[in-house]
Amino acid sequence: MTIREMQEVLDARFLYGEELADLDVQFVFSADMMSDVLAYGSKCSVLITGLCNPQVVRTAEMLDIVCIIFVRGKMPDENMLALAVGKGIAVLATDHYMFTTCGMLYEHGLRGGA
Amino acid sequence: MSEALTFNYKIDGDDFTRAGEASSSVKNKLKQLGLDSDIIRKVAIAMYEGEINMVIHADGGSITVTVSDSDITMVLADHGPGIPDIEKAMQEGYSTARPEVRSLGFGAGMGLPNMKKYTDEMHIDTVIGQGTTITMKVHI
Repeated sequence: MTIREMQEVLDARFLYGEELADLDVQFVFSADMMSDVLAYGSKCSVLITGLCNPQVVRTAEMLDIVCIIFVRGKMPDENMLALAVGKGIAVLATDHYMFTTCGMLYEHGLRGGA
Repeated sequence: MSEALTFNYKIDGDDFTRAGEASSSVKNKLKQLGLDSDIIRKVAIAMYEGEINMVIHADGGSITVTVSDSDITMVLADHGPGIPDIEKAMQEGYSTARPEVRSLGFGAGMGLPNMKKYTDEMHIDTVIGQGTTITMKVHI
C-alpha cells in the first residue's frame, strides 16, 4: 500500500512530504509511548500515534520510519513539521481514532511488524 | 578510514524539545560516511535512548562518539543522581521517571534494556550522587 493510498483510505490530510506519496509500505506500529516504538517498532516503516510532540518525529527519524500518521485530530505544529524536513518522513493527520485507523489499514493489507 | 573520527556533544538538561539533536546529528554523519543502514539505526536508537535518559534523569551531560574501522563507540557521561540498582534498571518495564515524563511518551522502563538490545557491548559505571557513564559499542 502506498502512502497516498493510506491517505485516501483514512481521509487524512497530507501535512508534509507529499513527494513521498508513492512509497510502498508494509509494516505499521501504533503507540502513544515512544519508549515502546523504540523497543518494538524497528521493523516498521509507518508510525500511528496520538502523541503530538517533537520527540515523535525524532523517534521516527531514528527508526527510519517513512510515514507518521497522527490520529484523533492531533495536529503537529510548524516546529514539529520542520523536524521532518530533509529526513524522508511524510506526515499525515486523520480524525479517526487509533483503533479505527489501525483497523482500516489492516483491512487493506497492512500488518504489524511482529 | 584509517584514523578514528570523534564527535563531541553537550546535552542540554532542561529542554526536552531539543532532546535527540545529538543523535540526529550522529545519524547524519554516519550516513555521510556510507555506513550500513542497519548499523546506523542501531547506533541512532541506542544513543537517542541514552540522550533522552540524560535529559529526563540527569539534567544533561556529554556524549562522545568515536568511529573506527571496526566499531562505533558511544560514551554518555552525566553528573546526575546515579543508578542505585543497575539490575533493576535493566529490567524491561522498571522506571523511575516522573509522571510528566510519561505524558511526553517516555519513561516506560525500556531505555536501558533497549540500549543493550541494540548494541554489541554496553558497560555502566555509576556512583550515587556523582553521576553515570555508559559506554556502548556497535561493531561494524
